[in-house]
Amino acid sequence: MEAGLKPLGREKFWLWAMLAPTLFGLFFSAFGSLLATLALSFTRWDLLTPPQWAGFANYIALFKDPKNLTSLLNTVRFTAMYVPGVVIVSLLVAVLMNRGLKGISFFRTAYYLPAVTSAVATALVWQMIYGKDTGILNYLLESLGLQPVCWLCTDMALYSVVIVNIWGAIGEGMIIFLAGLTTIPREYYEAAEMDGAKGLQKFFRITLPLITPSIFFQTLISTINAFQAYDYIYMLTRRGQGDSSVPVVVFSIYRNAWHFSNYGGASAQAIELTLIVAALMGLYLWLEKRFVVYE
Amino acid sequence: MGKRVQTRLLDALTYLILLIGAVGMVTPFLWMVSTSFKLPADQFTKTLIPPTFTLRNFQALFAYGDISFPLLFLNSAVISLLTTIGQLLTCSMAAFCFAVVRFKGRDFLFTLLLLTLLIPFHVTLIPNFVIFSWLGLVGTSVPLWLPAFWGGAFGTFLLRQYFLTIPRDLVDAARVDGATLPQIYWKVYLPLAKPALAALAIFSFQGAWNDLLRPLVYMPAAPNTTLTVGLALFQTQMTRGGNFTVLMAGALISILPLLIVFFFAQRFFIEGIALSGVKR
Repeated sequence: MEAGLKPLGREKFWLWAMLAPTLFGLFFSAFGSLLATLALSFTRWDLLTPPQWAGFANYIALFKDPKNLTSLLNTVRFTAMYVPGVVIVSLLVAVLMNRGLKGISFFRTAYYLPAVTSAVATALVWQMIYGKDTGILNYLLESLGLQPVCWLCTDMALYSVVIVNIWGAIGEGMIIFLAGLTTIPREYYEAAEMDGAKGLQKFFRITLPLITPSIFFQTLISTINAFQAYDYIYMLTRRGQGDSSVPVVVFSIYRNAWHFSNYGGASAQAIELTLIVAALMGLYLWLEKRFVVYE
Repeated sequence: MGKRVQTRLLDALTYLILLIGAVGMVTPFLWMVSTSFKLPADQFTKTLIPPTFTLRNFQALFAYGDISFPLLFLNSAVISLLTTIGQLLTCSMAAFCFAVVRFKGRDFLFTLLLLTLLIPFHVTLIPNFVIFSWLGLVGTSVPLWLPAFWGGAFGTFLLRQYFLTIPRDLVDAARVDGATLPQIYWKVYLPLAKPALAALAIFSFQGAWNDLLRPLVYMPAAPNTTLTVGLALFQTQMTRGGNFTVLMAGALISILPLLIVFFFAQRFFIEGIALSGVKR
């Protein structure tokens, strides 16, 4: 039996009373909702008339719908760029900050700033920065003698949105990596220096292997975030009718349910999203066993 | 000698890279501040210092007809406060049980709870919406803060990690003095866990204040909505009118409370994240 304080007599009541809200959330709100969404995904329902059993119709419709495939593909492309971007950039920033130089707290504050503020508000500035004729970014490009870019047009918007999302996430990643870096004992580096190891060698032979738990954690969190990314995409790419120039699955779920009152179809999409995330998590956990070093 | 020069060069390079990065992180905020003090005629000038400094964007914002910013502000504040209270209370109670008390099924339940972190948010959104709509609560703020009162995996995990670092002897001492479970929770653990509670409070408040999707689903229409949804609605109207200066004033006002808290409580923001990080 696990260690800990044993509840005596009436305290058993208090124990379960203190756990009650969380257990309600766990079984009713989280797992209950999962089951409810699964059930709803087999129905046709507009919330006004009673739901009708639809079998696999919603899933077949999803499979056949080119728009769904596009949004799925976009979500995957977004994730494939966003996750490595966040992990690499924030690791680099953390390693530089961990060198023990003066004035690092200033930089830490600056890099964390976007993580504190709402994407809704900062997206408005990015809308100005990305402006085609009036934006700062194109102004910079033109002053360097380059061609202006239509940042939020269909063919570029996905990349622009990935950039902003990475920008917003570096702060949190940096802190996770800084926390991981401080757990590496100094002696490892000293011993390596005695053996004549150079900077990059030290990074690849000591830092990187010992920080794999942080890399794993950050990759996992970033992947979950990538599949749920919404705010910047909504603010920067939405057009009339709730449509978006970067259709991602989450956008599509929102539109399907709350614009078209197709709750069955939206539920099927939510289940589809869950299955993909679950499969990815399974893959990550398998990779964790093979490559992550815990001391 | 050569090694010292090398270290100096490396230091200089580090500062340079960090500085370039920092400019990239901060410029959008400076741009927001700068634009919100510019005249509409100057909204696309590429200078950071406004050619003419004006406060009329803020006046225009508060005099705006369709969307009342003070009301949105109040709505967001109430929702965020209630969310914070709910999370602090329920997460700390659960975290205390998981960290301190010995009971059957503890590890199993805790693992299940952590698993919920992996469930995409939208899976729970649809049934929750259905239930709140049956209860006639869509269009009110209740669906936005009530779920905070049934706990959450993130907060419970964060506080449990902190509770685990509190020495066991304190519990034993309290036990000898005849303290019961709720008393140990309330009088020993909560007072000692202030830093972690502060971190969770900040995260909860920030999360609720910045949330877009849930308010968009539950309170999608002006005038009675939250700041984020209000700004999104405002964006459509202002961009169409080509008036970015008022829009930036709105954006600035909407992030100001968080910025102020951030500058005073940076330590908690940063420790909170580090705390929830890599420990197993």
